[in-house]
Amino acid sequence: MITREVPLIFTAGAPGRTGYMPPASDVQEESVDTLIPAAYLRDEAPPLPELSELEVVRHFINLSRLNHAVDVGFYPLGSCTMKYNPKVNEAAAALPGFARIHPYQPEESVQGALAMMWHLGRYLCEISGLHAASLQPAAGAQGELAGLMVIKAYHEAQGAGQQRREVIVPDSAHGTNPASAAMCGYKVITVPSDSQGGMDLEALQAAVGPATAGLMLTNPNTLGLFDANIVEIARIVHEAGGLLYYDGANANAILGISRPGEMGFDVVHFNLHKTFSTPHGGGGPGAGPIVVCKELEPFLPVPVVVKKADDTYALDYDRPQSVGRVRSFYGNFGVLVRAYTYIRRLGPDGLKQVSETAVLHANYLLSKLKPYFDLPYDRVCMHEFVLSGKRQKAKGVRTLDIAKRMLDFGIHAPTVYFPLIVDEALMIEPTETETLETLDAFVEVMTTIAREVEENPEVVKEAPHHTPVGRLDETRAARQPNLRWRPS
Amino acid sequence: MSYIPTTDAERQRMLAEIGVKSVDDLFAEIPSAARLRQPLNLPAGCSEAEVFSHLKTLAAQNADLDTYACFMGGGVYDHLIPAALTDIVSRNEFVTAYTPYQPEVSQGVLQSIYEFQSLICLLTQMDVANASVYDGASACAEAALLACNQTRRGTILMAEGLHPEYRAVVQTYLEQQDLKTVIVPMQNGTINIEALSDLLTSEVAGVIVQHPNFFGNLEAVYDIGKAVHAAGAIYIACVDPISLGVLAPPGAYDADIAVGDGQSLGNQPSFGGPSFGFMAVKEALLRRLPGRIAGETIDHSGRRGFVLTLQTREQHIRRERAASNICTNQALNALCATVYLSLLGKQGLAAVANQCLQKAHYAQKQLCALPGWRAAFSQASFYQEFTLECDHDIDAVNQRLLEHKIIGGLPLARFDQRYANLALFCVTEARTRSEIDRLVDVLRTL
Ligand SMILES: Cc1ncc(COP(=O)(O)O)c(C=O)c1O
Repeated sequence: MITREVPLIFTAGAPGRTGYMPPASDVQEESVDTLIPAAYLRDEAPPLPELSELEVVRHFINLSRLNHAVDVGFYPLGSCTMKYNPKVNEAAAALPGFARIHPYQPEESVQGALAMMWHLGRYLCEISGLHAASLQPAAGAQGELAGLMVIKAYHEAQGAGQQRREVIVPDSAHGTNPASAAMCGYKVITVPSDSQGGMDLEALQAAVGPATAGLMLTNPNTLGLFDANIVEIARIVHEAGGLLYYDGANANAILGISRPGEMGFDVVHFNLHKTFSTPHGGGGPGAGPIVVCKELEPFLPVPVVVKKADDTYALDYDRPQSVGRVRSFYGNFGVLVRAYTYIRRLGPDGLKQVSETAVLHANYLLSKLKPYFDLPYDRVCMHEFVLSGKRQKAKGVRTLDIAKRMLDFGIHAPTVYFPLIVDEALMIEPTETETLETLDAFVEVMTTIAREVEENPEVVKEAPHHTPVGRLDETRAARQPNLRWRPS
Repeated sequence: MSYIPTTDAERQRMLAEIGVKSVDDLFAEIPSAARLRQPLNLPAGCSEAEVFSHLKTLAAQNADLDTYACFMGGGVYDHLIPAALTDIVSRNEFVTAYTPYQPEVSQGVLQSIYEFQSLICLLTQMDVANASVYDGASACAEAALLACNQTRRGTILMAEGLHPEYRAVVQTYLEQQDLKTVIVPMQNGTINIEALSDLLTSEVAGVIVQHPNFFGNLEAVYDIGKAVHAAGAIYIACVDPISLGVLAPPGAYDADIAVGDGQSLGNQPSFGGPSFGFMAVKEALLRRLPGRIAGETIDHSGRRGFVLTLQTREQHIRRERAASNICTNQALNALCATVYLSLLGKQGLAAVANQCLQKAHYAQKQLCALPGWRAAFSQASFYQEFTLECDHDIDAVNQRLLEHKIIGGLPLARFDQRYANLALFCVTEARTRSEIDRLVDVLRTL
């Protein structure tokens, strides 16, 4: 990483420079104000940067060098599944036959694209043990919203829409779960976790009833623990007339081992940008396809890719019970190409090995780190686990400090302060793609920091020391918002 | 398996450290009813070379825009993409980073978001922008929800000239919260101002108008704005960012929220995604903006730096009371826009916008001179898209054009039977005069 500040793009360059121009126009030019009434024209060109191509390239390459990334180093960010993003996926998505096709081309001119989507939908059905897929949602949170809409439409079709107004989420849930339920017009009922970190069955029993539309659950949950009561949980919710929504953010633990369908779930979303290796792009694009059971299929968003009797593929809009559209066109297609490539590359054995290795790696780290940090739930974990910085907090060092100190060692920090039910949480997800050497080096860093907390807490509290900038003042950013550059 | 580095010997070492005999023991907590007993029924895995060859075969079954001259728009546009852009946005330090949760090691992503927000504000002439949402449609939906929350009113008016798929998404989002959407009809290709006035009751939270509209036409954005504000509603303008190189920006006609899809700014068509949606608002609405926002701050020694800020709006803090559920957005696609606008700059963007305008008008004139083709809305001014009425079967015409390696105008019957016989053509700077002439020649011989 470089440590030099990169000037804002707006302060570089010189008037009159440009980094790219289209070819000269080859049609007869007309005066613009004969084409567009003057009032509709822009008075003055927007004050965009004026830089040469090289200046722009250097600007962004230098910016890129200020980032940590999977291709730079270890990224054990819990819940985010920062696995390696295979390069062949990128090459596939960049093929002109995928990257350069228009969504409204005649269907017969995009049969390869539709075939890919149809098969990807089928694969996700098989992996989830459910029946029918929609690839439209653009990310996990939009998948949640779409899945809840499907649940709502189902209850409405049953004549119970007015009555079933509540969605239950555990207190360990990711923030998008309650936010999606609220956006879907539901009242959110939060139930506590039990002493083992699972769903509290008594609390659940008390929470369900005629107003229950559904339950949203992550399994393994956000503590990285598999909820062994899942079949019982499903029974309780179903008996109350509710449906079960599976937040697939943690699916990297279960590929080929356990399926939401058999666990009793009715709807799932997958985060293709987690489990299926598509890169996160510094915050997106992702894709959050949903898969549903047979009874819910009529309510999927339109259009749905179908295979016709003559083995050609088409977009089906004629679905009278559909919830409608959640996104324009057909979803984040380029992301779907990458996930499809990944599934075809790995096959059933490879996918199972992914989950087995992810879980093995997590348990290895857990057993190595257990002596040094508090472990609120001492159980076998799945693909990730949550430590607590309570012991270190007693010494005046917070989890935030530990996270910042890790940056000094060239490692991205784990997810911190999530789930909310663990004090000073550190959520660690190593993924299957890291080597044993990397895992051991991580253990070394964590134990070094634990020792520093005892012997030299200041070095942790003042961290990071070796990053492009030191600890940033977030309070100032929020109190005196400076959210854009302005021309002087 | 080359993506999994763990050898058998290492597996054994790890199992011994954990204190279990086999990997299977780690899954012992999964009840047997929830265990999968047979392998997943999926095609067997294969080598990189094999999988790539398979993907190439699939890709070859699609008519791509390198081979076909595209005259289709309708929300996805074939613009030229600078080689330097493709190179920059493939940098793995951008591609393989997560959302910048640790700002000290994410300054590249964060500064680029800050620059993105600034560029969107400069283009739209608005006060503040967020870091992106999923697409133009969800930007409209989020803006509609924002308007309802701000005004505590429950109806959103959408111009018929708003992209039909955006209208559909807004409706899907709003009906979950029992909020109403009403379409303001069009007259001769632009909003019917009288109908708008009649519909602007005290129930109306906001009005969404696309400009240029879905049919390519310029809307009476100044008059609409006055009517919307007189009714105390929020004025939401959905715009094509490249058009703002020549057209007056939403800030000039007093829009409260500017939204749109950013595909045209350096993103490939990619069958409609991924692209990104942008959202920019007047200062007063800042606290209701959904999603990530980057802001400038300093570190302990006074060095400038950037962080994600105003996060109390967001789901991870506010949960069911958040402004939106959005978490992952479209950061890399927004980066394409930042790089695109930086490369083209002041002159380049103006040149591209002007060429779209000029070439579209050149093409429209030739096409309207053909027998059986005429402008559907003869009074309206347009930018790079125009709607033609045609006496031929448009799908059959497009089949014919495909044989000539041309992707023809968008048949609007796809969206509504009332639009049968209408085709929406788009001509960007990427089309050459000879391609336009070839289109005209083929259509002449129908
Ligand atoms: C458990 C969980 N659920 C849902 C989400 C939301 O997914 P996305 O960011 O793709 O919208 C996340 C992502 O961070 C997550 O970790």
